[in-house]
Amino acid sequence: MLSNSPALPPLIYLLTGIFIPLAAWKWKKLSFWLALGATSAATFFSFFNLSQALSQGSVSYRFGGWIPPIGIEYVLDPLSGFVTSVINFIAFVVIIYAYRSVAQEIREFRWTPFYALVMLFLSGANGIIMTGDFFNLYVFLEIGSLSLYGLIALGDKKSPVAAFRYLIMGTVGGGFYLLGVGFTYLVTGSLNMGDVHHILFNLSPSPPLIVAMTLMLIGLGIKMAVFPLHGWLPDAYTHAPSAVSAIMAPIGTKIGAYAIARIFFFIFGVKLITQVIPAAQVLSWLSAIGIVYGSIMAMAQNEIKRMLAYSSIAQVGYIGLGLGLVSPYGFIGALLHILNHGLMKACLFLVAGNFRLKLGHSRIDRLDDSLRQSMPWSSAAFTVAALAMIGVPPTVGFFSKWYLALGTIETKNWLFLAVILISSLLNAVYFFRVIERMYFPSQKLTKASKNSFNEPKMGKREVSFSLLLPTLILALALVVVGFLNTWIVKTILMKALPAGL
Amino acid sequence: MIEFFLGHYAYWFVLILLVIGLYGMIIKHNLVKKVIGLSIFQVAIILFFIASSTKWEATVPVLANHHEKIQAAAYINPLPHTLMLTAIVVGVATSGVSFALLILTYRRYKTLNETELLKRMSEEDAE
Repeated sequence: MLSNSPALPPLIYLLTGIFIPLAAWKWKKLSFWLALGATSAATFFSFFNLSQALSQGSVSYRFGGWIPPIGIEYVLDPLSGFVTSVINFIAFVVIIYAYRSVAQEIREFRWTPFYALVMLFLSGANGIIMTGDFFNLYVFLEIGSLSLYGLIALGDKKSPVAAFRYLIMGTVGGGFYLLGVGFTYLVTGSLNMGDVHHILFNLSPSPPLIVAMTLMLIGLGIKMAVFPLHGWLPDAYTHAPSAVSAIMAPIGTKIGAYAIARIFFFIFGVKLITQVIPAAQVLSWLSAIGIVYGSIMAMAQNEIKRMLAYSSIAQVGYIGLGLGLVSPYGFIGALLHILNHGLMKACLFLVAGNFRLKLGHSRIDRLDDSLRQSMPWSSAAFTVAALAMIGVPPTVGFFSKWYLALGTIETKNWLFLAVILISSLLNAVYFFRVIERMYFPSQKLTKASKNSFNEPKMGKREVSFSLLLPTLILALALVVVGFLNTWIVKTILMKALPAGL
Repeated sequence: MIEFFLGHYAYWFVLILLVIGLYGMIIKHNLVKKVIGLSIFQVAIILFFIASSTKWEATVPVLANHHEKIQAAAYINPLPHTLMLTAIVVGVATSGVSFALLILTYRRYKTLNETELLKRMSEEDAE
């Protein structure tokens, strides 16, 4: 059982995803408990995998006992162990939240499909991270994306249009990636990632290989929502149900980032992506533009979920920028930001969901200081997460930006350092806009509502415990992980660096 | 030069199909036509893999007699074909999901024309 643990997280999700519709035929409530059980089991196994990878080095798991270049291989190393642990933990916390939020936002006959699709999505996500095979990655990419399209379409009235737009762009991205795999196969004659790495080591770069890398960068860039390829993201995040936004914002784009890190840094190698074609430079420049663009667009939004969506484009930019710097500090900063941004965005989307459930909207101009009294815990969680997004020291956001800034100094990219610093300022602008509305009485209202100041407004109490608990767990995690960052970097991320940085 | 074009005619054909697919997705206003463009795009990728595996004077990769020494040049590479079986399944699933989304869209907005749809969506926002 335990020797099979590298393959377990994706398989648990896949089997639960198939089993949920069967079980829910009779007992409707069972689908939630099955999903919760699957996420907790997968979280357990991915933490177990991570400790295995840290103590014993990387493990190659062979499906059906076939030897790697012929059979499909799963690779468990500190990098894949770390990212699966992050996404499974966040998925576990969000699934607790989903219980009540799904019950209120989605019609009853769609509950079972919701949990089944979430399981399939997570199966795809875990598969992409664990697999050591190019084509297997494509299949998991499509499993994850197809279930995500369905999940987005469970949202409000406009959600099917948003999901359709994502479907067109996502499938083109998957197609480009598959074409890239085809060219790689033509050059090397292998689909196994480790095998391709060894074959490429002895080959001089040829035009088909350059085409393959370009196509893969575009394809995975669409999945990651790098700046000019981000068009699907704002609508999809805004119109999806709260639980879906909270599960796909931390996981969906990070998988693209992970796949780029894995394929370009570990398989093609640093020399190919910096000297043969400027893939790393292009990635870092586009990400830098994306950071500024996302932050400015976020300031212009009047709806919290849409603001968070644009902020996601900026935050994914940090990851891309860190990867594109091709320096140890930049790479560590990018990996740490995968964890940090996952926690921060999940927490913020949960709070936005709380607002939607209690107030019926999440528009910034209609928030007022009564929130401070009626929903103190949600407001506090929002504030902590917003401070983390800005990068205030004891929270996580500071540390990943710190490593990214060190990376830019190390490689003497002063412009990128300026981008990181300015974007923190822009983050402060658009988050303080919300915090100000939540905590400070506005000029107009003070006079009118002075008399009723101490009376909490009726029907606007704090959300129920099962919604509040995941929000607070994530808010707490932001501070705890912030204090643990040195340990995480030293014990996990230092071992996850690719060769040749 | 002519050799280069004629020798790779299958790949030129694939390239033309890819461009037709992208054209359909970007230029056409009807959402169903966008799905058709998507399907053409996916079929082009499938044909690319199949074209890459063909050989002259080679046969199906079934060993008639496994005592002989295996001559790889005498057989067509079966791997791209098996990969494309999976890609075909993915393509069918994608079309299914996209048509389901279009049905939902049509029920809510009574149109599948992109410009008209965007107009109705912004009108709804204004209300």
